[in-house]
Amino acid sequence: MTPATEQIWGWLDAVPDPEIPVISVVDLGIIRDVRWKGETLEVTLTPTYSGCPATSVIEISVEQALRDHGLDNVTLKRQIAPPWTTEWLSDKGRAKLEAYGIAPPNPAGGPTRCPRCQSTNVKRISQFGSTPCKAQWQCRDCLEPFDYFKCI
Amino acid sequence: MSQPDPLFEFLLRMGDNALILGHRLSEWCGKGPVLEEDIALANTALDLIGQTQMWLGLAGEVEDAGRSADDLAYFRDAYDFRCCLLVQQPNGDFGQTIMRQFLFDQWHLIALGDLRHSAHDQIAAIAAKAEKEALYHVERSAELVIGLGDGTEESHARMQAALGLLYPYVGELFDPDAADHAVVAEGIACDPASWRELFDTQAGRVFAEAKLTPPESRFFHKGGRTGARHSEHLGHLLAVMQSLPRSHPDATW
Repeated sequence: MTPATEQIWGWLDAVPDPEIPVISVVDLGIIRDVRWKGETLEVTLTPTYSGCPATSVIEISVEQALRDHGLDNVTLKRQIAPPWTTEWLSDKGRAKLEAYGIAPPNPAGGPTRCPRCQSTNVKRISQFGSTPCKAQWQCRDCLEPFDYFKCI
Repeated sequence: MSQPDPLFEFLLRMGDNALILGHRLSEWCGKGPVLEEDIALANTALDLIGQTQMWLGLAGEVEDAGRSADDLAYFRDAYDFRCCLLVQQPNGDFGQTIMRQFLFDQWHLIALGDLRHSAHDQIAAIAAKAEKEALYHVERSAELVIGLGDGTEESHARMQAALGLLYPYVGELFDPDAADHAVVAEGIACDPASWRELFDTQAGRVFAEAKLTPPESRFFHKGGRTGARHSEHLGHLLAVMQSLPRSHPDATW
């Protein structure tokens, strides 16, 4: 008997993002579709940034997780259109990011508040950070530097 | 093949621009003036190399001769490259690198915005993806051009010199040839000449704010995008970039 796709979504929600392990690949919004094509499970992924080295690691982790649940017949499809957007980040993922110390993306172009002390008095240090999806900001009140998840 | 396939030619031009500029930026890795800039340059390089994989991957499919994106990147010689002369130019000082980046980013953003509407689905998809990254790049490079141009006497002088040095390589980006006309006719791409006016308006606004003056002469060098006359710098760049895969052609990661 083939497991229902709802159950598979649940399994994938336990696969961590390799760079930000506090959120899952489902939270990140890169799993676009899970469907059975006959006996084969087809999982569609949309990469975050074109050159993000985590993409291939994510593909390996997804395949491994499904194999651990007894699914051997899996194909992964990489889809670039429509392009990934931070709007696809789940609410659960956004909350987890902030609790982890990474300010979640904000359409206004910068973090709304410091993820540590909640002050809104923040400044940008650099448009880029430790991974392609992040920028560096600093809180002017508690003075802590923090990562901001870029909004694209 | 005596007559190059215009679609293949077009894809090489897009891919090679991103590849060569991405490589140039990666030369800064570990040598940036401050850590944040070092990271920013490396991240920009990463985006461009990612875009290269998409363009050259599609070029390989279109060519249908069994060549992958890596084969095209590492096993072609200079005369088979189709990158514009601008991206081949050496890094120079930080200001020169940023000026080169701004001129390219501004063109890139306009070009990708237009290619998003290509009749070719895969080209439209790559352009839509890359456009988001290009927008982020130009926000940064424009801000730095303004900050350095309207900065100290020293930074202003360096940015003005960089603009004077690099401006004669801008015109090539807007200079169509027969291959361009062929893809335009099929609705695959747009005429590069049609992007010039918007480029001049947008770049002009940044130069004005940066207190920089572009040269009056519109004279430009060409030969990069056609491969007819590359700069003397490209061969040296390729010698470095390609040395590892050429020394160990069967190596896997």
